[in-house]
Amino acid sequence: MSTTAVAPTTGVNYLNAQYGIRSWLLTTDHKRIALLYLGSVTFFFLIGGAAAVLMRLHLIEPQGALLEPATYNKMFSMHGIIMVFFFLIPSIPAVMGNFLVPMMVGARDLAFPRLNLLSWYVYIVGGLFTLYAVVAGGVDTGWTFYTPLSTTYANGNVMAAALGVFITGFSSILTGLNFVVTIHKMRAPGLTWFRLPLFLWAIYATSIIMILGTPVLAITLLLVALERTFHVGIFDPALGGDPILFQHLFWFYSHPAVYIMILPSMGVVSELVTCFSRKRIFGYSFVAFSSVAIAVISFLVWGHHMFVSGQSVYAGLVFSALSFAVAIPSAIKVFNWTATLYKGSVSYQAPMLYALGFIGLFTMGGLTGLFLASLATDIHLHDTYFVIAHFHYIMVGGALMGYLGGLHFWWPKMTGRLYPDGWARFSALVIFIGFNLTFFPQYILGYLGMPRRYAVYPEEFQVLNVMSSAGASILAVGYLIPLVYFIWSIRYGPPAGPNPWGAKGLEWETPSPPPTENFEEVPVVEEEAYAYGEKEAHVV
Amino acid sequence: MWFGFPLRPEQASTIAQGIDHLYYFLTAMDLFFTGIIFLTIFYFAIRYRRRKKDETPAQIEGSLPLEVAWTAIPLVLVVVTFVWSSSLFIRNARPPTAATEVFVIGKQWMWQLQHPEGVREIDELHVPLGRPIKLTMTSEDVIHDFFIPAFRVKKDVVPGQYSTLWFQATKPGSYHFFCGQYCGVSHALMRGEVIVMQPQDYERWLSGSKKAGTMADAGARLYEQYACITCHGTGKGPPFVNLYGSQVKLQDGSTVVADDAYLRESILVPSAKIVAGYEPIMPTFKGQLSEEQILQILAYIKSLGAAERKAGQE
Repeated sequence: MSTTAVAPTTGVNYLNAQYGIRSWLLTTDHKRIALLYLGSVTFFFLIGGAAAVLMRLHLIEPQGALLEPATYNKMFSMHGIIMVFFFLIPSIPAVMGNFLVPMMVGARDLAFPRLNLLSWYVYIVGGLFTLYAVVAGGVDTGWTFYTPLSTTYANGNVMAAALGVFITGFSSILTGLNFVVTIHKMRAPGLTWFRLPLFLWAIYATSIIMILGTPVLAITLLLVALERTFHVGIFDPALGGDPILFQHLFWFYSHPAVYIMILPSMGVVSELVTCFSRKRIFGYSFVAFSSVAIAVISFLVWGHHMFVSGQSVYAGLVFSALSFAVAIPSAIKVFNWTATLYKGSVSYQAPMLYALGFIGLFTMGGLTGLFLASLATDIHLHDTYFVIAHFHYIMVGGALMGYLGGLHFWWPKMTGRLYPDGWARFSALVIFIGFNLTFFPQYILGYLGMPRRYAVYPEEFQVLNVMSSAGASILAVGYLIPLVYFIWSIRYGPPAGPNPWGAKGLEWETPSPPPTENFEEVPVVEEEAYAYGEKEAHVV
Repeated sequence: MWFGFPLRPEQASTIAQGIDHLYYFLTAMDLFFTGIIFLTIFYFAIRYRRRKKDETPAQIEGSLPLEVAWTAIPLVLVVVTFVWSSSLFIRNARPPTAATEVFVIGKQWMWQLQHPEGVREIDELHVPLGRPIKLTMTSEDVIHDFFIPAFRVKKDVVPGQYSTLWFQATKPGSYHFFCGQYCGVSHALMRGEVIVMQPQDYERWLSGSKKAGTMADAGARLYEQYACITCHGTGKGPPFVNLYGSQVKLQDGSTVVADDAYLRESILVPSAKIVAGYEPIMPTFKGQLSEEQILQILAYIKSLGAAERKAGQE
C-alpha cells in the first residue's frame, strides 16, 4: 500500500462538503448512509434495551414485580424483534460495512449508490411498521412468530410487526447484493482476493447468507399473513395445515441469521487484533476460509431448533452432527486470533479491550452451543434459560462487543475526532463484567429447569434471577457511557489525524474524515493485508 | 450442590444421571478450553505488551502443524461428544414395552391428564414409583411443551398430532412440570406437579379417586353413541378386535401400522387411507369429537386386543 503524504484534516470532507437535511436524506455517499444507519440502529438499540431493562426489573420477584403477564410477553417479543431484525442484523454490515467496504477495496463508493440509499429507506419503512405495532398495543408472539399461535390465536398487531420484518428483509438483501458486487468488481489494482482485509471476507460471507436466506423469511411471513388474514390452511392443523412446517421455514433463515450477526464481528476482531499487536493475522487463509465454511454449514443446521418438536430421530442425528461441525471453523478462528498476539507488540487501547472481550465471551458462547447441539442434553435444555444465556453470549457478548470494538476503532475515521480512551476502556470493562453477571447465572438457571418466556416463576429460581437483574443494571450503565463520550467527542474530541492507531489498510491512508470521493487517486496495492512488519508503517 | 446452592435439578428418573454425566463432561470441556484461551490471552497480552512506541515485532505467517492440531483436537472431541450423546438419546427415545399409558391434553392454559383407569387430573400427575409411564400427548389449540426438569424429559405437544414421552421415576416426591413452548398470555401459569408415589400408595390413591369409569368404557359408550357400531360392528367397516398395532392393508396396496396416529387420522380424515376391501363410506368426525373423546375411542380399540407388534403397548 502506497504511503503518500496525507492531506491535513482541515480540508473538505464528506461531512462538511454539503450542509442541510436534504444533503443527508438524498445522499448517495456510502459514508453518509453509514451514519444514517448508525443513528437509526442506535435508536432501535435503545428501545430494545429499554424493553430488556423492564423485563429484568420485572423478574426480580417470582410473582413479577412490575408488569402484567401480557405486558411482559409483549416486552420480550418487542425486545427480540427489534434487537434481531432492527439492530443486530443491520448493525455491522449496514454501519461499518457501508462505511468501510468501498474504502477497504479502494473504491469511491459502493457499486450501486442509489440502491444503497434505497436500502436505508426500506429499513426505515420496516422500522416504522414495527414501531406502529408497538405503539398500537404491541405484539405477543415472541420474535419467532410460531404458528398456530401467531396465525390463529394471538391478538395484537401480529400483521404490522410481521410486515415490518418482511419489509426490512429487503433492505438486507439489497445491502448484501451491493457488497457482493462491490467486492467482486471494484477492488483497486493489485488488491487480489488474498490481500483483502479479513473484515471483507466476513462481510462477503455475511452478504451471501443475506441474499440466499432472507427471501425464505419473506416467504414464510407472507404465508403467515395469508393464513392469519384469509384463513388459508398452511400451518394451523384446524385448517388442514402443519404447524411444524413453519418452524422448518423460519429456522432455515433464522439460524443462518445468527451468522449474519456474528460473522461481521469476527471480521472486525481480525482487524483489531492485528492492529493492536502490530502483527499480520496468524493463518490468514484459515481465518478467511473458516468464514466461508461457517456460512455454508449455517444453512444445514436449522433442525437443531426442533429436537423436541417430534422430528424423526434420524433427522435429529443429522442436524446434531452438522451443528457440531460448526464448532470446528469457530474454534480455528479463536485459536488463530489468540496466536496472533504471540510475539506481538500488544497495546490495550479501548478497541483492543473490546476485541479481547469478544474472544473470551464468544468462546464461552460457542462452547455452550455444544450442549445444545448434543441431542441428549438439548432435550433438557431446550427452551430454558440456558438457551437464552447461550445466544446472548454469542449475540451480545460476541456480535455486540465486536460492533462496539469496531465503532471505537473506526470512530476517529468516521468523525475525525478522538474520544477519551480512559473512559472507553472503563466502559469496555464495565460491559464485560456487567454482561457476565447478567448472563452467567442464566446458564445455571436453565439447567435447573427454568423455562424461557416466563412472566412468573417458582420461588426457588429467585436468587439467580436477582443476580442476573443486578448484572443487567451494570450492563445498562456500561452501554450508556460510550453514548455520552461519543457524542461529546463530535464537538470536543481532539482531531484524530488520518491514522491514530498506526493501522494498516487503505481506509487509513486517506484523511479523517475522508473526502467525499474517499481517495485523491485510486490507490495501488502492492502488499498483503496486515503488513505490519514493513518499516513504512504509519505511526502517528 | 455448591455451598448449599443447587447446580442441577433433582435426579428423579432413570435417565437423569446419564444426562447429568454428559452435562458434567461438556462443562469440564467448556471450562478447560475457556481456561486455555483466557490464560493464553492474558499471558501473551502481558508478556508481549508494547514496550516502545515504535517497535515492530517480527512477523509470523502462521503454522500448518498448529492449524492441523487445533482442527483435529476439537474434531476428535466433538465426534466423541456426538457419539456419546446420540447413543444416549437413541436409548432414551424408545419407551419400554411395558409402559403404562397416560393421556395428556394441553390447552391454553392448562394441562388435562387422564389415566387409563379413568381418573382425570388437572395440572397434577400422580405416578407410581419404578414403573415406566408413557405420555401420549396432543393439544387442542397451539403448540405446548411438556417439560419435567427432574426427569430430564421434554417434548412438544402439537395440535393435530400425537407426541409421546416416557419416564420411570426413581424417587418419591413432588416435582414441577412446565409448559416449555411459549403459548400465549398465561404461558407461565401452565405448570403443575408430578407426584411420585410408592406403588401401594398409588393404588390407594387411584381407587380412592372419583372416576367416571375407565377410558375404554367411555370409549365403548361413544362407539354406540356415535353409531360407529353400525358399520364397524357389522362387517361393513373394518372390525376393531386385535386391530391396534396390526399391519393394515390399504386399497392402494401399501400397508400401515395401526398406531395412534393412523387411528386418529382415520377418525378425522377417513378418506386419507382406505382399508383394502372396504367402501370409502365413512363420514368425518372432525369437529364432533373432542381430543379427549378421540383418546377414549383409542383406549376402547386398544382394550379389544392388540396385535403382536404393538407400538409400545402391553
